Amino acid sequence: MADYILTRMVYSVLSILGLLMLVFFLARLTGDPSHLLLPIDASEEIRQAFAERHGFDQPLLVQFGNFLWDLVHLDFGISLRQQRSAMEAALEAFPTTLKLAGVAMAIATLLAIIVGSLAASKPGGAFDRIASTLSLGGASAPDFWVAIMGILFFAVTLRWLPTSGSGGIEYWIMPITVLMLRPFGLLVQVVRGTMIGALASPYVKTARAKGLKRARIIFVHALRNSMLPVITVAGDLTASLINGAVIVESVFGWPGIGRLMIDGILQRDFAIVQSTILVTALTIFAMNIVIDVLYAVLDPRIRHS
Amino acid sequence: MATPIDALPKAPAEETAPPGLFRLLLRDRFALVGAVFLGLLVIAAVLGPLLIGDLATKLALGQRNLAPGSLEHGIAYVLGADSLGRSLLARLIVGARNTLGIAAAASLLAILIGGTLGLIAGYAGRWIGNLIMRLTDIVMSFPSLLLALVVLFLLGPSIVNLIIVLAITRVPIYLRTTRAEVLEIRERLFVQAARAMGARSTRIVRRHILPVVLPTLVTIATIDFATIILAESALSFLGLGIQPPSFTWGAMVANGRNYLGSAWWLAAWPGLAIMLTTLSLNMLSSWARTIGDPQQRWRLEIAGKRR
Repeated sequence: MADYILTRMVYSVLSILGLLMLVFFLARLTGDPSHLLLPIDASEEIRQAFAERHGFDQPLLVQFGNFLWDLVHLDFGISLRQQRSAMEAALEAFPTTLKLAGVAMAIATLLAIIVGSLAASKPGGAFDRIASTLSLGGASAPDFWVAIMGILFFAVTLRWLPTSGSGGIEYWIMPITVLMLRPFGLLVQVVRGTMIGALASPYVKTARAKGLKRARIIFVHALRNSMLPVITVAGDLTASLINGAVIVESVFGWPGIGRLMIDGILQRDFAIVQSTILVTALTIFAMNIVIDVLYAVLDPRIRHS
Repeated sequence: MATPIDALPKAPAEETAPPGLFRLLLRDRFALVGAVFLGLLVIAAVLGPLLIGDLATKLALGQRNLAPGSLEHGIAYVLGADSLGRSLLARLIVGARNTLGIAAAASLLAILIGGTLGLIAGYAGRWIGNLIMRLTDIVMSFPSLLLALVVLFLLGPSIVNLIIVLAITRVPIYLRTTRAEVLEIRERLFVQAARAMGARSTRIVRRHILPVVLPTLVTIATIDFATIILAESALSFLGLGIQPPSFTWGAMVANGRNYLGSAWWLAAWPGLAIMLTTLSLNMLSSWARTIGDPQQRWRLEIAGKRR
């Protein structure tokens, strides 16, 4: 097990290094950031001084050497726009995103397990039809559009919720609802599918013959055996939750890492882009390893070797 | 592919042959509505731009942000007009062509790249195969939208780059499927026979392996199409996808966002169009899954008899 985790970690670090190198080289080859950051009428001297100060005038290999040296020291340079350490900005925005994604994923998983199980207990019934349609809708909805329509109805028209920003609980309702929509839709389908299989198995018949209550059979006996695929899919979805976070954060003006990254990309702020990539990539790789370990803990038949 | 259900002894009442695909489609109302909608959409996207002429770009400043629901300015303005007085219906049709076109091109490119690399990874030596799979792991382990954003940031936004980026994020699915199938097929008797008769690797792959793998890839592509549409819309919405004056539905939503308080229809219709399209695609693929699953297929087969 320890060997397995170690191998995975080495692979992860290599992958991240490859990614960062790709970003570094492609970024330096596609445009001079000084053109974007200085006013159009800035003189050539100002441009050169600017490039010199930020090291853009040196040969690419020298820049890459400096980049690697800084990488080892976890120094990603100064954000050109914010005039402060890019890593600091990324680490400051990260917990906000983590909280948003964590809460959304927890609610989505819990709701999906309940709705999916109930739908599976009577396939083809009225509840199953409604739940299946709703989950398909959730999985098909363009999240940015749902977010905008939410703002239109609940903030602009009804004035129940704030349009954007962060603060008390009322600021959390819309971002979390929009963010959990797709994972919820996909998870309901997974839970429903595996539960239909589990409920048809002999041990459920035995439990029913013993006269156990329906709720106990569904939520204790069948659910426990259906959890593995649900966890796998939930894990995969958590990584892609970052996708949704970028959208939700930029629509709702949420001060998280997704919005920081979008801003960095739109403003060609290398330092910010690189450090946000590193932070999110590290998190996702760490999470993938945790899910694998969790998998082995939950199902003793699985051995990573 | 014959499903095991055909081999099972049938109930005495059911003497007729299992219903055909079209009959099965008629029995799932949701899938039927989805199929009809997609059919109309494709017709509108292909033929529509010929009929509407320059309506999608014609400025009419007098009817800026014209409200929907009135026929006063003709049928083209029934869904209202945008901030420059252009017909929203006409723009939706042009947007449909761009949205579907980009998604189709990205799908094709993803099949092409993923299929080719998958064939190589499955058929060629172990070393190259491992290298390809490790690279795939990197692409897969990173959230698709972030990957697309970073690459678009580096390459600059344009339609060609957008298609490439969308394809790259979908390649792993095709690549892994192809490789898995090739690993299995290459051990089959007909491939070994071809090899024993002295056929070259390229010929074996082209004539014996590819025809078996291709249907699987096409099936995945139809399921994956909705994902590509959503990804493209999100990128265009964020301003890193399609660039003006070209537009897709996602870009139309982004544009309408600025007029949310005064003209909700600008953002509402294109988003609704995306939603209906992806929903139809998902309903169809869910129907296809039910048919492909012998444990579920009977639900549709008996559905007509119950009613």
